Amino acid sequence: MSVRADPRAGAPALAARGLVKSFGGIAATRDVSLTLAQGARHALIGPNGAGKTTLVNLLTGVLAPSAGTIELAGVDITGEPTHWRARKGLVRTFQINQLFAPFTPLETLALVVAQRAGIGGRMLRALGRHSAIVDDAAAVLTQFHLSDVMHLPVSQLPYGKRRLLEIAIAVAAHPRVLLLDEPVAGVPAGESAEILDTLAALPADVSVLLIEHDMDLVFRFAMRISVMVDGALLVEDSADAIARDPRVKAVYLGEASRA
Amino acid sequence: MESPKQTVSLPDTVAFARASRWRAYETVIWMVAVLALLVFPRQAALWNEIAILALFAISLDLVLGYAGILTLGHAAFFGTGCYAAALFAKHAMHDPLAGLAAGMLAAAVLGFVTSFMVLRGSELTRLMVTLGVASLLYELANRFENITGGADGLQGVVMGPVLGVFQFGLDAKVAYAYSLCVLFVLFLVARLVAHSPFGYSLKAIRDNRTRATAIGIDVNRNIVVVYTLGAALAGAAGALLAQTTAFASLDVLGFERSADVMLVLVLGGTGYLYGGVIGAVIFRVVQDALSAWTPQYWQFWLGLILVTIVLIGHERMMRRWRSLLRRVARKRPAAPDAKK
Repeated sequence: MSVRADPRAGAPALAARGLVKSFGGIAATRDVSLTLAQGARHALIGPNGAGKTTLVNLLTGVLAPSAGTIELAGVDITGEPTHWRARKGLVRTFQINQLFAPFTPLETLALVVAQRAGIGGRMLRALGRHSAIVDDAAAVLTQFHLSDVMHLPVSQLPYGKRRLLEIAIAVAAHPRVLLLDEPVAGVPAGESAEILDTLAALPADVSVLLIEHDMDLVFRFAMRISVMVDGALLVEDSADAIARDPRVKAVYLGEASRA
Repeated sequence: MESPKQTVSLPDTVAFARASRWRAYETVIWMVAVLALLVFPRQAALWNEIAILALFAISLDLVLGYAGILTLGHAAFFGTGCYAAALFAKHAMHDPLAGLAAGMLAAAVLGFVTSFMVLRGSELTRLMVTLGVASLLYELANRFENITGGADGLQGVVMGPVLGVFQFGLDAKVAYAYSLCVLFVLFLVARLVAHSPFGYSLKAIRDNRTRATAIGIDVNRNIVVVYTLGAALAGAAGALLAQTTAFASLDVLGFERSADVMLVLVLGGTGYLYGGVIGAVIFRVVQDALSAWTPQYWQFWLGLILVTIVLIGHERMMRRWRSLLRRVARKRPAAPDAKK
């Protein structure tokens, strides 16, 4: 059903080497290397303006790096377009919801599933009549507690539901590598539990990179953590080691605990 | 959390499958179109023009309403289809359906080639590029008058009978019946496309290109396909005009024709296909009535009506209309698609 290549044996799920991105004279990303193992639960943290979202844009192909390479399961994808990477299983969520306002959640996820199944270009049968596709979409809706609102246009959904849909889109795409850009951003503490549950329920073979400010969430979720400062990688280590690292405390945790 | 992998009962998605089913109001619209010929046969020429304009507007709706590509040069495809069909009848075959195919093919080829120019750039760039392509064709048609007849128009187009049986007459009855049949068939094609995964991909591109790309939609490929398809339908409309009037003139490529079809779509509403049909009826009937009432200043009143509609907002009017429809249809099982 899928158009993905087989992962090369032993290759990391995602490997970025020496990524550089400059805008004019300003370097937003300086020589960043990052490796996600198969099934990784990896977090990327850093103060505002550290270049985390720029890195996500480089990894997904929204931006072209000035230097460096990106490999997905051992295959060089540096020059490939965004939609191609998505089809190969490199999927992201957005810090600010990117949804289709007039679509219902069911239509949205059915489209995602249709794309994943490789029938997104078909013209001769209504999307709603591809019952296997719709069933798949409905299953994800149920998983994300969205089935009660699945026939409402997205523009009429409350923020928390929209945020769930944002994550559900990525999950419905069956990612091999999932980049979560601040998944609980803007969600009230009471509602973020729903999102965290769904993240915890992700299949173990999915490799996840979590970009997040919320330290509680980071330490609950991640086994490894990379810390970015000023566009460069400061340190990468296990979650425990990062929690004890004095440099990290100095540049980041100190700030966060004051906030 | 509770595992989603178990056999949880899936929520009821029947409404989504039903969203694409044929509705009663659609039957009414097409019945009215047929009745128009039976009740007002003398107006057949007007009905024919409306059918052609509706098809032209539907072709623009695919490009503008579904894929969100702003164009001021859609007449390029209408005109290409028109000249291609006329030249085909003059130099190759008199059969209308073969000529229709020729017109569609010529327009589709032009649509495919020029689609690569609307892939990138802002809306303003697209407006300029599409406008430029249409003006270019207009001047080409003007320059090569040995082929097109130039400003005098292409004369001597002789059409054979439709299906070898129905000969076009001066009363335009056969013309309208023919145009209406072609409109209906091509409308069904457009309708199929609109509800298909491809149609949803187009709307996704229109509504949020960033997300569309992120879920694996090949934006460029989709735009090339829909632009080509839209061009083919516009070419069909142009071919119908050439065949039913046995004539082709430069104005089929003119800016005014591109602008008019945009107005039609604004009147009828974008992104649901019937906007083209309804808009075409309103546009031509109002135009006809106004020009009879005040031959010199009818464009002033048409302009006023358009400005009013745009200011009041099409959405608001449609919402009223829909809630009225819903109240009428209350007894039927509620279909939860709020956007029909």
